[in-house]
Amino acid sequence: MDLVVIVSVIISVCAASTPLLLAATGELVVERSGVLNLGVEGMMIIGAVTGFAMAQVTGNPYLGALAAIAAGAFFSLLFAFLTLSLATNQVATGLALTILGLGLSGMIGEGFVGQPGIKMEAVNIPFLTDIPVVGKLLFGQDVIFYSSLILVAAVSWFLFRTRAGLMLRSVGDNPQSAHALGIPVIRTRYLAVLFGGACSGLAGAHLSLVYVPQWVEGMTAGRGWIALALVVFASWRPARVLVGAYLFGAVTIAQFHAQALGIPIPAQFLTSLPYLATIFVLVLIARNRRMTLINTPASLSQPFVPDR
Amino acid sequence: MKKKTAMALAAAITMAFTAQVSTASAAKKTKACFVYIGPVGDFGWTYQHDQGRQAVEKAFGDEVETAYLESVPESSEAQRPIEGLARSGCNIIFTTSFNYMDPTNKAAKKFPDVKFEHATGFKREYPNVSNYSSKFYQGRYVQGQIAAKMSKTGVAGYIASFPIPEVVRGINSFILGAQSVNPDFKLKVVWVSTWFDPPKEADAAKALIDQGVDIVTQHTDSTAAMQVAAERGVLAFGQASDMIKFGPKTQLTAIIDDWAPYYISRVKAVMDGTWKQVNVWEGMAEGNVVMAPFTNMPDDVAKMATETVAKITSGELEPFTGPVMKQDGTVWLKAGERADIGTMLGMNFYVKGVDDKLPQ
Repeated sequence: MDLVVIVSVIISVCAASTPLLLAATGELVVERSGVLNLGVEGMMIIGAVTGFAMAQVTGNPYLGALAAIAAGAFFSLLFAFLTLSLATNQVATGLALTILGLGLSGMIGEGFVGQPGIKMEAVNIPFLTDIPVVGKLLFGQDVIFYSSLILVAAVSWFLFRTRAGLMLRSVGDNPQSAHALGIPVIRTRYLAVLFGGACSGLAGAHLSLVYVPQWVEGMTAGRGWIALALVVFASWRPARVLVGAYLFGAVTIAQFHAQALGIPIPAQFLTSLPYLATIFVLVLIARNRRMTLINTPASLSQPFVPDR
Repeated sequence: MKKKTAMALAAAITMAFTAQVSTASAAKKTKACFVYIGPVGDFGWTYQHDQGRQAVEKAFGDEVETAYLESVPESSEAQRPIEGLARSGCNIIFTTSFNYMDPTNKAAKKFPDVKFEHATGFKREYPNVSNYSSKFYQGRYVQGQIAAKMSKTGVAGYIASFPIPEVVRGINSFILGAQSVNPDFKLKVVWVSTWFDPPKEADAAKALIDQGVDIVTQHTDSTAAMQVAAERGVLAFGQASDMIKFGPKTQLTAIIDDWAPYYISRVKAVMDGTWKQVNVWEGMAEGNVVMAPFTNMPDDVAKMATETVAKITSGELEPFTGPVMKQDGTVWLKAGERADIGTMLGMNFYVKGVDDKLPQ
C-alpha cells in the first residue's frame, strides 16, 4: 500500500469514528451529572432524519446539521422531563426513548426514503488542503469531524478545569451534598441531558449527511449502543473516549481490509472484532477497581428528588 | 435486535386485533401477508418485495387485503411474528428472507389452512409450504462480463452479506461471466454479516476501493455502496432495484427483482382455490429478473451485455456450464455439462478465480 492509500484508509477510520465520538462525548457529560440516558440510539436517529430532511428542504447541509442538533436536544428534553422532573426510572425511560426515536424517525422520514441526499462537502483550504499526503487528512475533511475533536477537548477542559465542570461532577457524585451547597441539581442535570441530546443529534447528522448521504429507517444500526459502551470503556474520561472511538473505528475498517487482502481469518470473527475489543477492554478496566471507582459518577442513574 | 423484535411483536399483536375486526365484516376478502427482513424503504431487496405487494393490491382491488411486517429478525426470532400473522387471518403468507426457512415451516405445521411461501429457501416440510426464488445469478453473469470489459485494474469488489447458497451462487456466476471475457479477472470478496447496515456497507466499499478495486458490486440491501462508488469515481452495479438515482454516472446496470407476476399469480391461486405446493425458480425468461438500462459504458459493451441477456433469456446460455473448476482446482463441470438444480440451490463452494476463502 502506498501513502495515498494509507491516508485514504485513515480518512475512512475518521469517518467511522466521528459519530461514535460525538455521541459518546455527549453521553459522558450526561453520565457525569449522574444521569444514565440509554436513549442515545433514539436521539441519534432523530438527529439523522431531521438533519437529512432539513438539508433536503433547504438545500443546505449545514442547516441540516443545526436542525439535527436542535432536534436531538429537543428530543432529550422529553427524557429530562420524565426522569428529572417526574423522577421516573432512568433505564426504562431511556429504553423507551430509543424505541420511540426509531419509530418516530421512520414516520418523519417516510417521504424522504429513496432520495439521494446532499452531502456535506469536505472543507477545502487553499494551499493547506493541497499539501501532498497529509493535506487532505488534516485540512480536507468535513466540518463535523473537526467539531468532534474540538468538542472532546472542550468537554475535557470544562469538566476538569472549570468551576461549572466541578459543580456538574459534584452533582453526579453526591446530589444531596451539592443541593445542600446550593448547587441547582435538577437544572444542572437538565442542561447536561440537553447537551447529550445535541451531541447525539449531531452524530446522527454525520451519518445521514456525511457518511452515507441518504435516509433509511434504522440507519444508525446500533451505533448509539456502541457509544454508550464507549463511555464505560473510557471510564468516564473524555480523552479515553477519543481513544476508544478511534480504536473502534480502526478495527471496523481494518476488518474489511483484512478480508479484501485475503488474510485467512474467518469473516465472522473479523466482523465481531470491534465488539470483542470492547468487551476485552471493559474486562481490563473492571479489574482495576480503584481506578473505576474514582471515575464512576457515584450517583449514576439514581433519581434525585429535592426535599425528600 | 431486541427492540426490533419488540416492535415486530407489538405490530403483530395490533394487527391480530384489527384483522379480526376486518375479517368479520368482509369474510370473503383474501388476505395476503408479507414478512420483510428490512424496512420497506431500503430501496433494495425489501422495497422490491413491497412493490410486489402493492401490485397485488392493484390487481385485485377490493377482493384482497394485504399486511406486512418489516425489519423482522431472521432465525427463531421470526417465529412469533409469522405465527401472529397466521393467527390474524392471513390466507397466504410470503416470508421473504432465507433464514425465515425453519420458522416458516414450523408455522406451516401449526396452521395447515394457511398457505406459506418462502423466498430463496429449499425446505418444504408440509404441503402448505412453497418455495420461490429468482435466478438472480443470471444477472450476475451479465454484470461479470461488463465488469471485465470496464475494469482498468482487472479487479472487482464484491460486498457480500452471509455465506448462503444464494449469495455464493451470485459470486460464482459473476466471476464466470468475468472470466468469459478476461480469464485473469480477479474478484475480492468482503463479508459484512448483515443484509442492511448502510454505514457498514459504505465502509466495506471504501475498503475495497482503497485496495485497488474499480468496480463495486454488492449483495446487500442499501444504496450506500453505490454512493461511495460515486464519490470515489469508480463504477458500480445496483442491487435488487434500479439505483441509478444514487449514482447517475456510476451505475452500469442493476439486477431488478420483479416479484409482482409471481405474487399476483399465487394470490389468484388462493382466491380460486387452486393453490398447490410448488418450488419455483424463475429468471430472465419469465420476467422475474430484469436488467436496468446499461449506462455509463461504451456501446460495444452495452451491445455485448444485451446479447448475453438475450441468450440467457432464450436458454441458449446457462452461466453454470462446463468446463468449470472449483476453487481448489478440482473439476466441477465437464465441458458442456450444465449444473444440476440441487447443486445450484445448495451451492457452498467457490469456483476458480475467486480471491477469497468461503466462510463456513
